[in-house]
Amino acid sequence: MKKRENIEKMLEGRRHEFWQRLCGLGLELWRDKTGFIGMIMIVMLLFIAVAAPLLAPHDPTKQDLRGRLKPPVWAEKGTWNHLLGTDHLGRDVLSRVIYGSRVSLLIGAAVVLIAGTFGVVMGLFAGYCGGRTDNIIMRWIDTQVAFPGLLLALIILAVIGPSITTVIIVLALNGWMVYGRMTRSAVLSVRQTEYVEAAEIVGCKGHRVIFRHILPNLTSPLLTLGILEFARIVLAEAALSFLGLGIQPPATSWGLDVATGRDYIFRAWWLVTMPGIAISVTVLAINLVASWMRLISDPQEREKQFARQMSIRKKRGRMFPVPQEEPGK
Amino acid sequence: MGRYIIRRFWYGAFVIFGVTIIVFVVTRLIGDPVKVMLPLEATLEQRAAFEKRLGLDRPIPVQFLEFMGDIARLDFGNSLWQHRPAMEIVFEKLPLTLILSFVGIGFAFVISIPLGIIAALRPGAVSDRSTVFLSLIGLSVPQFWLGLLFIIIFAVQLRWLPTSGVATPFHIILPALTMGLPALARMFMIVRSSMIDELNQQYVKTAFAKGLPFYRVVGIHAMRNAALPVLTLCGWELIRAVAGYSVVVETVFAWPGLGMTAIQAIERGDLILLQAIVFTVAIIVVLINILMDVAYTIIDPRLKLA
Repeated sequence: MKKRENIEKMLEGRRHEFWQRLCGLGLELWRDKTGFIGMIMIVMLLFIAVAAPLLAPHDPTKQDLRGRLKPPVWAEKGTWNHLLGTDHLGRDVLSRVIYGSRVSLLIGAAVVLIAGTFGVVMGLFAGYCGGRTDNIIMRWIDTQVAFPGLLLALIILAVIGPSITTVIIVLALNGWMVYGRMTRSAVLSVRQTEYVEAAEIVGCKGHRVIFRHILPNLTSPLLTLGILEFARIVLAEAALSFLGLGIQPPATSWGLDVATGRDYIFRAWWLVTMPGIAISVTVLAINLVASWMRLISDPQEREKQFARQMSIRKKRGRMFPVPQEEPGK
Repeated sequence: MGRYIIRRFWYGAFVIFGVTIIVFVVTRLIGDPVKVMLPLEATLEQRAAFEKRLGLDRPIPVQFLEFMGDIARLDFGNSLWQHRPAMEIVFEKLPLTLILSFVGIGFAFVISIPLGIIAALRPGAVSDRSTVFLSLIGLSVPQFWLGLLFIIIFAVQLRWLPTSGVATPFHIILPALTMGLPALARMFMIVRSSMIDELNQQYVKTAFAKGLPFYRVVGIHAMRNAALPVLTLCGWELIRAVAGYSVVVETVFAWPGLGMTAIQAIERGDLILLQAIVFTVAIIVVLINILMDVAYTIIDPRLKLA
């Protein structure tokens, strides 16, 4: 009984700590305006992807051959019924863009999860076991890095045939090496520290050392890498779909819609433009958040940022004598 | 030096060997090449005859040895689509892809250095933040879409440049720009960050204190050290351009290089031509890698030949 109380007491403090850290993170996010905007855009995108059936004004696959190639509402002959116009089969472009977010985000998340898990496990093995295991895994990674992934992807997709599953597998196969390398180098540096040595001396088993003492140290760099990779995967999926090797009709994907709009580039500019803007905005939002995360999770970068802010303040102080205490604080 | 180069070549051969195994496993064991290459309505006799012609009816180890022999002789057989040796087609298309990649990446390299230096001179200033934001946008825009936008703006609306093909030197402008812009964004970021790091070093302060002119300190002292990571990235971008971006950019602009041919080969189920392209590009990538490493050891005297 007493034990449980103790634990609860501990947890209470912890929860408080956790909440405080979250608030601090939020504050820092608010301070970095571009990162904040990116985060808001990502949240909106997630919402759009989840609530697609509620938000889309039309069924994305419903054809209306009499209402083909209608321009967006602000152009001449545009109607409020189709805000972003219709495509060559009379399908609503806005609904297709909304539904397309699902595929992109799904594939991005799946690939990052699969490739990340595999890469981290391989990196942990290589870094912790060392010796021959390390040699073999690193050779494998080097070979795969030296070889451009897209070509391999082309051969696999040509032989097996494109589908969502093959796209995910192919992209994951091509993307796990970064995680492996990063995890290995981090493990190697963490292994040198005293607390890992202490854990080993106390008699912790290998897996406990890896998962309790080493892995938590890798969270923030891995998270940043995962987000950056997410942006890369969204672009790669769009490119594969554009080439006709990714998502196949009748499914919707932004890259696929750009490819179909390509044939009408002289008559209907909106078919190419709208899904392209959707891709760009998504990737930009992810990139903004990733660059913010890289800044705050890297102590060196934080130091630099701090120094920069101080120097700016100094310069300003020299030009306009500011009172010691800023008003409103 | 000689031993180092030989070792690098061995390693390159190892990479090619890995590619060989993967391609063999994918095309012969996981997938069914006959299904890909013959039309759906082919009869059983036709399938059997086709298998025999390509030697697919023999045991797997024998097939593998033959496959290795083909690669060693760079002879992949006749393309199913064009009915002539696949390597002949590859050698015809290869120069176009190389030209496009070199022009695109070269353009990015030439522009990124002055831009990066200007941004690094005053980190946090308006010029710096706006260029960084622009390059973030450049990184976020999908390349195929960028190409199509260029076509809509410069070819369809303004009618300044041709949309596609390779007839005149003007035809390379849009594809090369499309090829180079994402690379430009990445290289700019690297030039900027390494330049900021170098400008904060003690030797730069010493050089300024000695009274050396500004352009000498920034352009020669700092630039020399900042250039190394950019050169590495330049090689990487070249590899990516030849082996990745060319497929997309060439498809958008109907630039008849290897990338577009690869897509056409896939559409027509021509695995033989596709294999020939993949191996040629793999060899080129390995060669660029070796060249890069050798160049690096020459440029950077600190690097020991490990």
